[in-house]
Amino acid sequence: MSVLKFASTDQPGRNGLLALVKAKTGQDVLACYQCGKCSAGCPLSSAMDLAPHQVLRAVQLGQRDLVFQSSAIWLCVTCQTCYTRCPQEVDLPRVMDALRSQALQEKIRPAERTVKVFHDVFLGLVERFGRLYEVGLIGGYNLLARQPLASADLGLPMLTRGKLELIPRRVKDQEQIKAIFKRAAELELEEITGQSVAAAPPASVPS
Amino acid sequence: MSTYAYYPGCSLHGTAKEYDRSARLVCQALGLELREVEDWNCCGASSAHMVSRWLALSLPARNLQLVEKMGLETMTVPCAACYARLKDVSCELKDPEVRDKIGRVLGGQVTGRVTVEPLVGTLTTQEILDKAAGMIKKPLAGLKVATYYGCLLTRPPKVAQFDVPENPQSMDRLLRVLGSEVVEWYFKTECCGASLPVARTDIVLDLSRKLLTAAKKAGAEAIVTACPMCHSNLDSRQGEIRGRYGDDFKMPIFFFTELLGLALGYPARELLIANHLTDALSLLQGRGLA
Repeated sequence: MSVLKFASTDQPGRNGLLALVKAKTGQDVLACYQCGKCSAGCPLSSAMDLAPHQVLRAVQLGQRDLVFQSSAIWLCVTCQTCYTRCPQEVDLPRVMDALRSQALQEKIRPAERTVKVFHDVFLGLVERFGRLYEVGLIGGYNLLARQPLASADLGLPMLTRGKLELIPRRVKDQEQIKAIFKRAAELELEEITGQSVAAAPPASVPS
Repeated sequence: MSTYAYYPGCSLHGTAKEYDRSARLVCQALGLELREVEDWNCCGASSAHMVSRWLALSLPARNLQLVEKMGLETMTVPCAACYARLKDVSCELKDPEVRDKIGRVLGGQVTGRVTVEPLVGTLTTQEILDKAAGMIKKPLAGLKVATYYGCLLTRPPKVAQFDVPENPQSMDRLLRVLGSEVVEWYFKTECCGASLPVARTDIVLDLSRKLLTAAKKAGAEAIVTACPMCHSNLDSRQGEIRGRYGDDFKMPIFFFTELLGLALGYPARELLIANHLTDALSLLQGRGLA
């Protein structure tokens, strides 16, 4: 595990990492007093470079690079064990979500590239069909992660047991799904820049 | 007859068809009418929140909007991961500012008045347990099971608002009613690795092996789940676990609705139990249950 520096390098005021996390999540990371309960219960902490309590410490100290380049933000599976047990009720999964999305905005190379590829393929399929297409998920992942044989052993047994739908099922209202992806991305951007990028659409209920 | 909006989610139309089939059969038998949400979409679990908060809120919110249009009050959700996302949004919608922004993304308002329940909650009320008890055709004959709830049914408690977060009991009660022996174990709500099996198979094999080891040590003959992700990680990865660690568990993994269906007299074939990757039929046949 990495050794953390003890001096805060966080920028004061609105430009700091603490302030950013507060703005994105409403969470006061300074409330964390490093009891380590989150890391003790975390099923992934042994696989992470920074344990969950260290991620919070690094945020407290403003160590942006350490946080944004960590594998921890990509390995967290949002199992909610940490938040359930935190004596200070710090919503760590939500902090992880915010750190990950910020790292993406800043175009920082994800420490767990395959995890990022998986989520990209997953969401690409949902954007296209409105539902997850499992065969497409495995195929797309294997292609983009350059692991042509990943999960191949499971393919045939799953197919013969009727667990795989070869043809994707689509949502009828494809337009609304595409619009949701577009407007959600605009809203994300708007929150970062503080400016509206698109006029709000009329609030009519789609039929 | 009570009527519920039913949100199957993507897994139940694919890798977890047996969960869908058994859920529909047992609900029908117990007098619960399920009406599938019309034109439902993927809730975004477990990827949307990884990259975008507003996508993570809006994808499930569209489904709540559809249920509002169907005029139903309550939606029941078999998949624990979908349940977590849908329930999270129904809580977030109480904030007028968030509600307004989600409405903008959807292109139409959503009120959030729909109550979201996990199917395991719908099927374990005292009323349903009493009803099931009177309808049992094939008691589970002391089948020793470990109940596995996973992460998302009970956590975080403020959102999930279901059962006891560290030691839930709903499935335990149901399985005892059905004639099972429920073993004591300490991994009821430990994580199986959730959405990581594709990108980090090594981690999922390690976590699933820990769960299987603990269940076996506790004397369980089978594990019972209420989540297609948990089921998939535990059921379909036992071959790889054998290859990597040498442990040959041969531990059948059931959806709770499959065991409920068997007890209510449905044949294993109709419940699609043969779909499992780890053989579950031999155990059932040995007990005269299939």
